[in-house]
Amino acid sequence: MKHLALLVRTVAAWLVTLLLVFPLIWLVLTAFKTELQAIAVPPQLFFTPTLESFREVNLRSDYLHHAANSVITSFVSTLLGLAIAAPAAYSMAFFRTRRTRDILMWMLSTKMMPAVGALVPVYVMAQTAGLLDSRTALIVVFTLSNLPIMVWMLYSGFKDIPPDILEAARMDGASIWGEFTQVIRPLAMGTLASTGLLCLVLAWNEAFWSLNLSSAKAGTLAALIASYSSPEGLFWAKLSAASLMAIAPIVVVGWFSQKQLVQGLTFGAVK
Amino acid sequence: MSFLELRGVEKHFGSLKAIKGIDLAVEKGEFVVFVGPSGCGKSTLLRMIAGLTEIDRGVLFLDGRDITRLASSKRDLAMVFQSYALYPHMSVADNMSFALRLANVDKTTIREKVRRAAEILNLTQYLERTPKELSGGQRQRVAIGRAIVRAPKVFLFDEPLSNLDAALRGQTRVEIAKLHRELGATTIYVTHDQVEAMTLADRVVVLRDGSIEQVGSPLELYDHPANQFVAQFIGTPQMNIVDSTALPALRDAAGVTGPADGFIGVRPESVLVRPAGRGRLAGRVGPASERPVQIVARQNERTDLQPGDAVGLDIVPASFHLFDRQGQLVSGSARG
Repeated sequence: MKHLALLVRTVAAWLVTLLLVFPLIWLVLTAFKTELQAIAVPPQLFFTPTLESFREVNLRSDYLHHAANSVITSFVSTLLGLAIAAPAAYSMAFFRTRRTRDILMWMLSTKMMPAVGALVPVYVMAQTAGLLDSRTALIVVFTLSNLPIMVWMLYSGFKDIPPDILEAARMDGASIWGEFTQVIRPLAMGTLASTGLLCLVLAWNEAFWSLNLSSAKAGTLAALIASYSSPEGLFWAKLSAASLMAIAPIVVVGWFSQKQLVQGLTFGAVK
Repeated sequence: MSFLELRGVEKHFGSLKAIKGIDLAVEKGEFVVFVGPSGCGKSTLLRMIAGLTEIDRGVLFLDGRDITRLASSKRDLAMVFQSYALYPHMSVADNMSFALRLANVDKTTIREKVRRAAEILNLTQYLERTPKELSGGQRQRVAIGRAIVRAPKVFLFDEPLSNLDAALRGQTRVEIAKLHRELGATTIYVTHDQVEAMTLADRVVVLRDGSIEQVGSPLELYDHPANQFVAQFIGTPQMNIVDSTALPALRDAAGVTGPADGFIGVRPESVLVRPAGRGRLAGRVGPASERPVQIVARQNERTDLQPGDAVGLDIVPASFHLFDRQGQLVSGSARG
């Protein structure tokens, strides 16, 4: 009986995992097919892999240019976001007022609004400032849209640090900067790292604003992928190849930082 | 001017006045204890001196300098927290030397000072450990070490013993007293435990509801409490306070002089238990809730008295305190 239950659980777990990973596996397979193989019915599971689509994608569009845009916009927006969110979270976690909770809720509520709701004003502002199709515009928008999450995550991480410790540092002669670099940073390293990583991933995957605010010059990898669902029709193999190239770097980063990420997200729980 | 001086210091939390105009002068080398029931403002007052809580009104002088608005980090005070507040990511040695490293003191001096402090506090073999590898008592000593390494102008202690078990508390209390004698450092110590206050202090400051009730040496407070609150707060068991109209015979028994109306205070050790029929007062051994007046007596001799037994009582001559209806001392004849 016990044995059976275990078996059922294991099978169920594998089914769910397969369900979640299947699209990704299919994407990888399709990327190595020709366009004909890609639309073949019934779908082919076994075939001779080809790098044709990758070559095509590189020929037709400048992968490196888009990749550079993605790297720059996501990294700069993450660093900028951390620089703004950390002091905000610090003051909310250690100098609470009656309004702190309201401010946090209000910040989070901005994430409830669909991005398209802000499209027109943001677009007009970017246009007026002459920032359409510029990395600057993307960096600003990515930073601002990730700020609420960053503040929330850092706030919950910082809250786990006993305020006494910071007061002790203050009595020991630490300035605010000293308090932050010598006490908070080492104690909240997990939180800081996981927050940064999450926002890096979010900015990397961001498609809505990159599509609307940029084109050839500042377009990110998300925009590159989208360009393969063109009026000429869907090119599944090339689309898959482009997608694979777009997600590969961030998957690798995520893979290596998995431990740090999990540790950061469960920091408060296992203290 | 005194070494540390508070003039009309106030703190408001919204409409609540937590600290109501405190005037206090602390001399160099003195060991002053703030004592009072919880919520009396003693910790708030200490935090105001430390600069961790802002002073809303009044001025604070340290060593001739106005430090009312100065940041904690620049006040040159060291504080030992109730929770120890050690830096969990640093070794014991790093915890103790943190302030010196921030002040850019050279490495040899730091090492020497840490070594000496560790020796005084018996921590030498733990210097490389992190706080979580230490027992409560050891953590407490590291917290004290962190303070003495700096040789600050004033040591501030915020209920440093309340997280320790009873045996360790007694032992650490003795160590703190010894440390103060050796270093001669000005110390302000907050506690809710009047025994701690009485055993450690040169002077005790009794606080209630954000105001000072009385300042004085432990014996002064014990023998000459300024009011009923101090009289009952200091000393265990508590001083007996009896409404003079409830037991008129007590007045004569204690030889009270002064106005007839008010409350008579007599310490338990001043109440002498006599065999039944002797003594100037008659009573019965408690618990006797139906009796109008309860008096606690402290006896050092063994006794086979049982609850309900009749006894006689005498009051040690010249040991009464007379308080008016507002609780202020009117007259007292206590020794000292």
